[in-house]
Amino acid sequence: MSFGAVTLELLDASKYTLGLFALTLLAAIPLGVVICAGAMSKFKPIKWISNMFIWVVRGTPLMLQIIVVFYVPGLLFSVPFKSRFLAAFIAFAINYAAYFAEIYRGGIEAMPRGQYEAGRVLGMSRTQINLLVICPQVVKKITPAMTGEIITLVKDTSLANIIGIGEIIFAAKSIVTTKAILWPLFYTGVFYLVMIGALTILFKLVEKKMNYYKA
Amino acid sequence: MPFLEIKDLYKRFGDTEVLRGVNLGLEKGEALAVIGSSGGGKTTLLRCIAFLERADLGEILLDGTPVFCASSNTRDKKCEEAKAQKIGMVFQAFNLFPHFSVKKNLTLAARLQYNRSVGKPRQLSVFSSEARKAKRQAYHEIDERAEALLKRVGLEEKACAYPCELSGGQQQRVAIARALMLKPDVLCFDEPTSALDPELTQEVMRVIKDLKRDGHTMIVVTHEMEFAQLFADKVAFVADGVVEEFGTPDEVFASPKSPKTKAFLANIM
Repeated sequence: MSFGAVTLELLDASKYTLGLFALTLLAAIPLGVVICAGAMSKFKPIKWISNMFIWVVRGTPLMLQIIVVFYVPGLLFSVPFKSRFLAAFIAFAINYAAYFAEIYRGGIEAMPRGQYEAGRVLGMSRTQINLLVICPQVVKKITPAMTGEIITLVKDTSLANIIGIGEIIFAAKSIVTTKAILWPLFYTGVFYLVMIGALTILFKLVEKKMNYYKA
Repeated sequence: MPFLEIKDLYKRFGDTEVLRGVNLGLEKGEALAVIGSSGGGKTTLLRCIAFLERADLGEILLDGTPVFCASSNTRDKKCEEAKAQKIGMVFQAFNLFPHFSVKKNLTLAARLQYNRSVGKPRQLSVFSSEARKAKRQAYHEIDERAEALLKRVGLEEKACAYPCELSGGQQQRVAIARALMLKPDVLCFDEPTSALDPELTQEVMRVIKDLKRDGHTMIVVTHEMEFAQLFADKVAFVADGVVEEFGTPDEVFASPKSPKTKAFLANIM
């Protein structure tokens, strides 16, 4: 199989990698806010449930979670997933939301109390303080940690091959087994490097954009 | 009746009784210096007045109307936010919003206050040019007020700078201007110069003295005895959660009655 043909095949598989990446990001960023709010809630049961959830998600391998999400509905309730991609997306969104929630929490807890107090003596409401004072500063604070996590997500999408999503590693593996050549598997590294290179440049720009002040 | 009256304020944190029945009265336009050793309850007292802490017992009256009463359990959020605007507060650590420019630090709360006073716009009034015109006018006035106050503290050329670009003394002057934006009835200072070196302390103190000349009612928790002695109208010596000594600077510094005050003054003078 020619270099060009393999490239085209892997490029075609990239749409699953990128699709899973983008959808996970879109879902996990807001879902992480919800979990974070739960983990920081003053209402004990909600706090407890949220922390349990985070513990379970961070305490088990993502590959296992993908398998559980895909097979358990069919095994237990006889409603198997029609779409493998949907199952993978749900597993990724839940997993990454838990990690994001912990990053958010770290950022929020690092905010000095004086910022809340300054808002209060100016007669601002809780919502106004959180939205206008705390949130923008937290975003800046957590950008480096989020960058790391998001880069990991690009590579983690390869785990979806366990339930047969045709992403880059899956595509390369099928070439390896059908055509009896090994190099396409090594070649996938280039695809990941390009995607992560682009993200790195993007986040450097974002960080630079937020550098107009120091906390 | 005094302009600001504090009656029998108690506050405990866990097992520590920080305030044990504080009584104070302050006339309009007076500057009160609160002195005393660390841990005596000065800052807690100030934070209770600024609604940052909720006293367990007691009452605070402003201009004859109760703004705080520990026995009434109802906590109306809207009402508390409105009351917070009557008391200005300047912190030891400045607490400017680092992500906003100096000017935005000043205008933010005033704009929110205006929007609240207008209330939620009815569906149509969002598009009405009248409402928009009124809003633009109000924002313009807020901007002008901010510029005037910055000029007052000598920082008009720093309007577009960010807090991290300013010295400590400049940041504190911005914080003072920010507190003045909402035209508070009483301005509280919590050790406003404790984080500053002597030179910067002087520039901040000059601003505070200026404000006093303009007739602002102020409470200053301070370790600057010179300020307490020469510029305050009243001095309160707070120790172990009570006002141990209260009077004019002359009375407190020259002829203290309480042995605790005498010991404290002997230590620092």
